[in-house]
Amino acid sequence: MTTVSIPMRADAGRPAVAIRVENLEKTYPGGVRALQGVSLRVPAGSIFGLLGANGAGKSTLVRILTTLSMPDRGGATVAGLDVLRRPVEVRRAIGVVAQRSGVDGNATGRENLSLQARLHGLRGVELERRVTGLLEDFELMDTADRLARSYSGGMRRKLDVAMGLVHEPLVLFLDEPTTGLDPEARSALWTELERLSCAGGLTILLTTHYLEEADRLAERVAIMDRGRIVAEGTPEELKRGEHGDTVSVEFAAADAADAAVSVLNALADVRVVTVERGYLRVRVSDGASRVPTILAALEQEGIRAAAVTVARPSLDDVYLRYAGRSFAKAESAPAGDSGLGGAAA
Amino acid sequence: MTVLGQSGVMTARRLRALLRQPWYLAVSLGQPIVWLLLFGQLFRRVVQIPGFGGDSYITFLTPGIVIMNALFAGTWAGMTLIEEMDAGVLDHFLASPLRPVALLAGELGYQALVVTVQSLVMIALGLLAGAHLAGGAAGVLVLLLAAALLATAVAALSNALALLLRRGESLIAASQFVALPATFLASAFMPAGLAPAWIQIVERFNPFNWAVMAGREALAAHPAWGTAITHLGALLALLVVAVTFTLRAFRDYRRSL
Repeated sequence: MTTVSIPMRADAGRPAVAIRVENLEKTYPGGVRALQGVSLRVPAGSIFGLLGANGAGKSTLVRILTTLSMPDRGGATVAGLDVLRRPVEVRRAIGVVAQRSGVDGNATGRENLSLQARLHGLRGVELERRVTGLLEDFELMDTADRLARSYSGGMRRKLDVAMGLVHEPLVLFLDEPTTGLDPEARSALWTELERLSCAGGLTILLTTHYLEEADRLAERVAIMDRGRIVAEGTPEELKRGEHGDTVSVEFAAADAADAAVSVLNALADVRVVTVERGYLRVRVSDGASRVPTILAALEQEGIRAAAVTVARPSLDDVYLRYAGRSFAKAESAPAGDSGLGGAAA
Repeated sequence: MTVLGQSGVMTARRLRALLRQPWYLAVSLGQPIVWLLLFGQLFRRVVQIPGFGGDSYITFLTPGIVIMNALFAGTWAGMTLIEEMDAGVLDHFLASPLRPVALLAGELGYQALVVTVQSLVMIALGLLAGAHLAGGAAGVLVLLLAAALLATAVAALSNALALLLRRGESLIAASQFVALPATFLASAFMPAGLAPAWIQIVERFNPFNWAVMAGREALAAHPAWGTAITHLGALLALLVVAVTFTLRAFRDYRRSL
């Protein structure tokens, strides 16, 4: 395995750390502790993935960093600017693509972009050139003069990202940009984001609950759980922390999994990680060569396996280790941060 | 970009959306016309009540209906804000260089423009229906000012209420609760002298009545300019208070996110 090097831009006037978060704490009225002491550094010019289930605190963190919300304690700088003391300057330096689209449905795509450009001080020929350029880049030229209300989810998202980029920001925030998109639109947006991060020195902070999204796009990843950052590093580093492969065993009988736990834990170098109905996962150092041993041990106790898969470590395993529960399970836990926009009153 | 420039951009944005909805435009112009004609017909004979002090009800009614339209237009302003809150557009603006004061000023500029056009249509129609606006151009100007000041002050308060309540149904209920009684605790349809004594006391504190009084005094054969100007001043003070309060509501909204 190779170490992914972190590109550190140290251009004149541009800090090498694009986002610095120090001990942020935020409790919503009603006692939901959205952030419980979050600290973070995002190097300039990279894509940083913030990973976590709904309610982990990702959106709250993004709202504070984009000056929309205020923390109870702690502080943060974006592009070297203090978000609490200099919010107006921060707003000029950042592009924001929120979870809920910021697109005005009663205006056309072009008008949405022009308004955003004008608010950022662009005008005249420069504004026209910039708006046209973005419409072309995001393949929105054909629908530019239609009301955004009629746009598909994918088109609306593209317009959102274009609006976030219209003033050539130093830092772009993308809060769950591909949630609700079909696989094709998602993949198109991924390609676009990769292009953006390669082309300029743009720093992108991306929140997602898709592990594959973070794995593919982000140079560094932080995993959030219940208002805390529980792990941070490059995807490779995090996966390397997972010793060994994951072997998943499916059983023919639903109650066989429980019986299998003690059998497998008795084997040297095998550790059971999760047990569900008729299904369990174990961690072993060399999955492929140990599968026969595992199957033989089960066979000896009369437990029949229906299917066995071996997987190299994934971010899901990392999440599992740090957040203490399977990602899919945490997803179904009651949401804490996504619905608060309108419910905090 | 200056605050003034930003406000202009936001007013233009709202106007463009309005012009794109011809039906909405037609209704928003048609409704006050219906009021004027309906009320004018329904209450035609009240001039015969002893002590009314005039012989043409449409002359009496025209400024009252113009101001009533301004009040109702203002109370709806918060609904647009709730829609934009739900759509995520408000958060988008709050994270951009758009100043909240420009966001509000843009909305109020839009309200003032729309109410002025509606008022002009109603005044023209009132004249066609036989209203005698003795105060002339100066009187009409005062009436337009009164309508715009009331509409913007109420629109600002409606925005503040929208930021606090965040639900369309709650906002409508709260607005109706205040706006409807306000139109009748005033001398819009009936001279103050004919109303019970307690209403005569209450209406002195009713901004809706300030606007009606300003317009009617300025349109009278011998305009009482002093009374008209005093009432305009009171409306301006209300607008300042409403804007201050609404900007606070924007700050509180941000804090609650």
